[in-house]
Amino acid sequence: MADVVMRIWRGDSEGGEFQDFPTQVSEGEVVLDVVHRIQAEDAPDLACRWNCKAGKCGSCSAEINGLPHLMCMTRMDTLPTEEPVVIAPMKTFPIIRDLVTDVSFNYEMARRLPPFAPKDPGPDGTYRMQQIDVERGQEFRKCIECFMCQDICHVIRDHEENKEHYAGPRLFIRYMELESHPLDTNDRRELLREEMGLGYCNITKCCTEVCPEHIKITDNAIIPLKERVVDASYDPVAWLGRKILRRTKKTATEAANHRTDPKPVKASQ
Amino acid sequence: MSTQEGIRPAPVPLVLGGARGGPRVRTLRRDSWKRSPLITQGYLLLFVVYATWAAFQNSNYYVGASSHRDLISPFYSPCIGASCVPGSHGSFLLHWWTYSPALVILIIPLGFRVTCYYYRKAYYRSFWHSPQACGVADGHKKYTGETRFPLIIQNIHRYFFVLGVLLNIMLTIDAVMAFRMPGAGGIGVSVGTIVLCANAVLLWFYSVSCHACRHLCGGHVNEFSKHPVRHGLWKIITPLNAKHMQLAWVSLSFVALTDLYVRLVASGIITDPKIF
Repeated sequence: MADVVMRIWRGDSEGGEFQDFPTQVSEGEVVLDVVHRIQAEDAPDLACRWNCKAGKCGSCSAEINGLPHLMCMTRMDTLPTEEPVVIAPMKTFPIIRDLVTDVSFNYEMARRLPPFAPKDPGPDGTYRMQQIDVERGQEFRKCIECFMCQDICHVIRDHEENKEHYAGPRLFIRYMELESHPLDTNDRRELLREEMGLGYCNITKCCTEVCPEHIKITDNAIIPLKERVVDASYDPVAWLGRKILRRTKKTATEAANHRTDPKPVKASQ
Repeated sequence: MSTQEGIRPAPVPLVLGGARGGPRVRTLRRDSWKRSPLITQGYLLLFVVYATWAAFQNSNYYVGASSHRDLISPFYSPCIGASCVPGSHGSFLLHWWTYSPALVILIIPLGFRVTCYYYRKAYYRSFWHSPQACGVADGHKKYTGETRFPLIIQNIHRYFFVLGVLLNIMLTIDAVMAFRMPGAGGIGVSVGTIVLCANAVLLWFYSVSCHACRHLCGGHVNEFSKHPVRHGLWKIITPLNAKHMQLAWVSLSFVALTDLYVRLVASGIITDPKIF
């Protein structure tokens, strides 16, 4: 058992302050264990969101000593205990109470994402993908939506005004998953450049550093998307090549009109 | 017109309201987050000072037949100015350019590295403080990123990549020529030969691991199964791309060390030992 002071933010939209909770830590405990003990023994009204306690639901995101972490995956023995362990709510999102924030910004941005628009199915009415094509998007599907990448991204963390036109790293991996999907016909590059703020990202890789699923957000999603936007909007040679080779990707409208007789999609077993 | 017309769902009003919580401080981090940007800043400044000094020297960049060697500094290759010393590898394309030839040729590696996705991270953090470190407040009140001039020019990176590849070809030729020992037995290997070869190899690794290269070789393809060659290239480049930062630093350091070595030999301070 080791003595430790947990310095936890208490407050709501009206304001708040840090409150110290001296406690003891047992071997193997994580931050969420200690927060739960404080809830049970000292502060039953302490608000924190949690669910699976296994690093898979993404609910217990909070800022521990200044950086976002999952409380359930942060072992106490990895933190310096000679000073108080500081736990604050995610800074980028509006606070509800104590450690709980309103992350609905991310859901609103997700609604703005043009959905998967598959091309026509094969003659047998099914869709088939080769394994190497399936594998590419698997990394992005590991996202647990903890929104720590959104929290740490300085584009919206330090500039609230940018939220109106910036989707953020979590959504960019979804854009990349769809943009590189071999069956998808939708073209989201113009949207990414004009309205989703891909150009705001300056590649400082904080999103990648905090991702608990170790998704290479910057290298495998944001930079490839930036290069695709360059293809579409900034590269005259690529534009000329598309014109000469007639390889212009269908716009979403063309793709939608092309699918005049959509066939029912059979579930692949 | 948006390309999402017809597919895109009806706009949903974005809910942005709500007061933020937590303390209003620059950062709550207590680790040594200042160290990394300071080291980056110091190292980049050191390189810039040395490269600027070396580029303006316009001398001691070529070790020729009089020393039984054929070594040229990567800062001055290909030597394309009117002031190039006889024997240095150049066709003197720019007869009107009488200043240091390095000032012309260094535009390519400078542009390649300045627009490089890794170096962008490095100097945005260390010089521009945008942000200085993760979880540390941005040093600017307003932020538009790379959406406007001048930073929108960063999108030119792929062109500098192509020019960088052409320069690498020239430096590879230099490395091969460094095996020549004029007047001393024809062909051999000296320390200078190894230095120039290592420099060329590291620059190739840095260029090939570039994000633009990864995209142009295969990243732009959506259906890998129908493009096995591009997929193969993409699979080769991807692990190298993961080491792009390390390759950036090592190649940057080595190119300066190569120039320094050639400079020391050309100025007679040291001799280039022949190995065999």
